[in-house]
Amino acid sequence: KQMTVRDGLNSALDDELARDDRVFLLGEEVAQYDGAYKISRGLWKKYGDKRIIDTPITEMGFAGIAVGAAMAGLRPVCEFMTFNFSMQAIDHIINSAAKTFYMSAGAVNVPIVFRGPNGAASGVAAQHSQCFAAWYAHCPGLKVVSPYDTEDARGLLKSAIRDPDPVVVLENELMYGTAFPIDDKVTDPDFLVPIGKAKIMRPGKDITFVAHSKAVETCLLAAAELAKKGIEAEVINLRSIRPLDMATIFASVRKTHHLVTVENGWPQHGVGAEICARIMEDQTFFELDAPVWRCCGVDVPMPYAKTLEAHALPRVNDLTEAALKVLGGKAGKAVAAAK
Amino acid sequence: YATEATIEVNRPFKLHRLDEGPATTVKLTKDEALKYYTQMQTIRRLETAAGNLYKEKIIRGFCHLYSGQEACAVGMKAAMRDVDNIISAYRVHGWTYLMGVSPIGVLAELTGAQSGCARGKGGSMHMYSPNFFGGNGIVGAQVPLGAGVGLACKYKGNGGMCLALYGDGAANQGQVFEAYNMAYLWKLPVIFVCENNNYGMGTSSERASCNTDYYTRGDALPGIWVDGMDVLAVRSATEFAINYVNTHGPLVMETNTYRYSGHSMSDPGTSYRTREEIQEVRQKRDPITSFKEMCIELGLITTDEVKAIDLKVRKEVDDATAFAKTDAELAVSHLWTDVSSNNLETKIRGTVGYNLDHIQERKGVNH
Repeated sequence: KQMTVRDGLNSALDDELARDDRVFLLGEEVAQYDGAYKISRGLWKKYGDKRIIDTPITEMGFAGIAVGAAMAGLRPVCEFMTFNFSMQAIDHIINSAAKTFYMSAGAVNVPIVFRGPNGAASGVAAQHSQCFAAWYAHCPGLKVVSPYDTEDARGLLKSAIRDPDPVVVLENELMYGTAFPIDDKVTDPDFLVPIGKAKIMRPGKDITFVAHSKAVETCLLAAAELAKKGIEAEVINLRSIRPLDMATIFASVRKTHHLVTVENGWPQHGVGAEICARIMEDQTFFELDAPVWRCCGVDVPMPYAKTLEAHALPRVNDLTEAALKVLGGKAGKAVAAAK
Repeated sequence: YATEATIEVNRPFKLHRLDEGPATTVKLTKDEALKYYTQMQTIRRLETAAGNLYKEKIIRGFCHLYSGQEACAVGMKAAMRDVDNIISAYRVHGWTYLMGVSPIGVLAELTGAQSGCARGKGGSMHMYSPNFFGGNGIVGAQVPLGAGVGLACKYKGNGGMCLALYGDGAANQGQVFEAYNMAYLWKLPVIFVCENNNYGMGTSSERASCNTDYYTRGDALPGIWVDGMDVLAVRSATEFAINYVNTHGPLVMETNTYRYSGHSMSDPGTSYRTREEIQEVRQKRDPITSFKEMCIELGLITTDEVKAIDLKVRKEVDDATAFAKTDAELAVSHLWTDVSSNNLETKIRGTVGYNLDHIQERKGVNH
C-alpha cells in the first residue's frame, strides 16, 4: 500500500479535525483554494467555514490570532504557505507561543501547531529557499519536527496537534507528491509518531549518517552507493529537531564509530553543529575513530539558476566523499574486503 | 443622602461610522460609587507602592505605572461580564488587581517573590489570571492575540468578547491593522481599545501618528472616542461596545487619558513634556479626585466614607508591600520547572551540561 506525503498530511488533519472540535485550520488559501500545495484538499467542503479559515496575506496578524485562540482554549493549526513567510510572524511563534507557559509559571499553555513547507523547493530562489530547523530548534518552549516520509508526516502531525505545547512542523514541498509504502497501522486513526524520537531507516555498522527531511533521501542514496563498495552505512532519520534524540545517535556512533551529519540548511549554528557539540560533551566522543563531519547547504543564499541551485545543496557524491574521508584507511580496508 | 444618581458624562462621545453612540446619561448607585472609588484608589496606591519599591531597588528591570489612567481600567471592568476577557500591554498592575489578583499577588510578582501571581517568573509585564491573558512586553503583539481570544469566544459560542488594549504608541504597529482587518472580516467580538495617554515612551502622539483620532483608524471599523478620565463615560462606552461587538463585530474605542509618571521608572518624564502640563492634568482632570468630588456633591458618598476607604486601601497596600519585600524567591530548582506543559526533553541543559531534570508542577489550563 502506498500513500503520498501530501495525503499523509491531509488525512492527519482530517483525523484530528474529526476527533476534536477545538481543532481548526487557518492560513492563506487553505479553504476555498484547497491549499496552495493542496494539503488541505477537501477539508473546507467537509468541515466548513468555521473549521477551515482562509486568511488575508497577513502572517503576523493571523499567527497572533491563532496564538490568542490557543491561549483561550482552542487548538489551531496555523499554516504558513511556506516557512519563509513565518519570519513575518516569528515574534508570535517565539514571544507569544513558546514563552507564555513559562512566563505564566505554568498557568497558560499554548496548544498550537505551526506548519508548512520548509527548506529549498525548486527554482524559487533565495527568499523562498531556506531551512528554519535551526532557527526554531534554538528556542526552549517549542517542539520542532521535520518529517521525511508519509509515515513521519502523518504520525508527527497528529502528535503535534494533540500536544499541549506549541509545535513547529517543518514539511518539505518537494516531498509532498512522493508516495511511500505504508503499513496498515499507519492509516489507523490513532496512529502517532512520538515527538522526540529518531528512526533508523537503514542499519549499518561502518558509519552513521544522521539527517532530517529530504536530506534523509540523499543519505539513503549515498548509503546504497557505499554498499556497492562494501561499506555499510547506518541512516538515522531525526524526525524531531527539538527534542533531539541524542540517545539514538549515541547508540549508533557506539556501533559505527564514525558520523556524518547531513542537512539542507546552512552550516553555521546548524543542526549538524549542534550534534557535533553534543557528541563532544558526551562519553560518546571517545567512541569516535575520526572527527564528525558536516554536509550542509553551501553557505550562500539560494541562487535561481538550475546548475547553481543543484550545487547549493549536499548531493549523493558529497556524502559518499565525506564518508570515505571520515573512514580514511578503514574505507580502503572495507573496499578491499568487499573485493 | 442619595442611594442612586443620574449623571451626564462630562465630555461628549465622538463617533466614527456609528449612527448611535453610548448613553450619555448614566445611573450610578451608591454601591457602585464606593466600588469604583475603592478600585481606583487601590490602583493608585499600588502604583505608588511599586514606584517606591523600584526606587528602593527592590523591583528590578521594567516597571510601568498606570497612575492617571485608573478610570480606563475601572470603567471597562465595570462593564465586563463573567464571559468577557481582556489582554493588555505592559502597564498592567492595575488590570491584574481588577481581574482578581490580590495586592500581594501583584506586588510580590514585582519584587520577584514566590507569592507573586506568576511566582516571580513573569515580572511587571507578565501577569495572568482567569479571563486575563496577560500583559505583553512586545508593543502591539497583544492586539492580534486579543482578536484570537475573541475568535475563541465566537468559536465556542459562549457569548463572550475580548478587550484588546494598546497605547497610542502601539497604534502605529502594522499588526494592529492586520488584526482590525481580520476581526472585521470575521465579525469577531473584539473591542480594540486605544488608551491614548498622549505619549508612546517620549514621543508625543502628534510626532508619531499621521492621524491622532485613534478611534477612526480602524477604517471600516466603527469607533468611539471616550473621555478616559471619566470612569462613568468609560463604563457607558464599554457597555455599548460589548453589545455592539457581540452583534455586529469589532469596533475601536479610544480612551483619552494621561499618565503622570514617565514611560517607565527609568524615565523622569520631563524632557518631552512640561511639569506644568502634568500639574494641570492632576489639578483639573484627575480621574479619582473628580469622581470623588462628584460623588460627594451628589450625596452618594460621604467624606467619612472616603476617609475610611482611603485608610483601608492604604493599610491593605502597605501590608502587601511589607509582605512582598520579605517574601522569598522561588528555590533555584524552579528555574527548570514548568518549561513545557508536556516535557519531552530527557534533560534540560544547565550552564555546563545536560544535568537538569525538568520538573512538572503545573500543566496549564488548556487540555
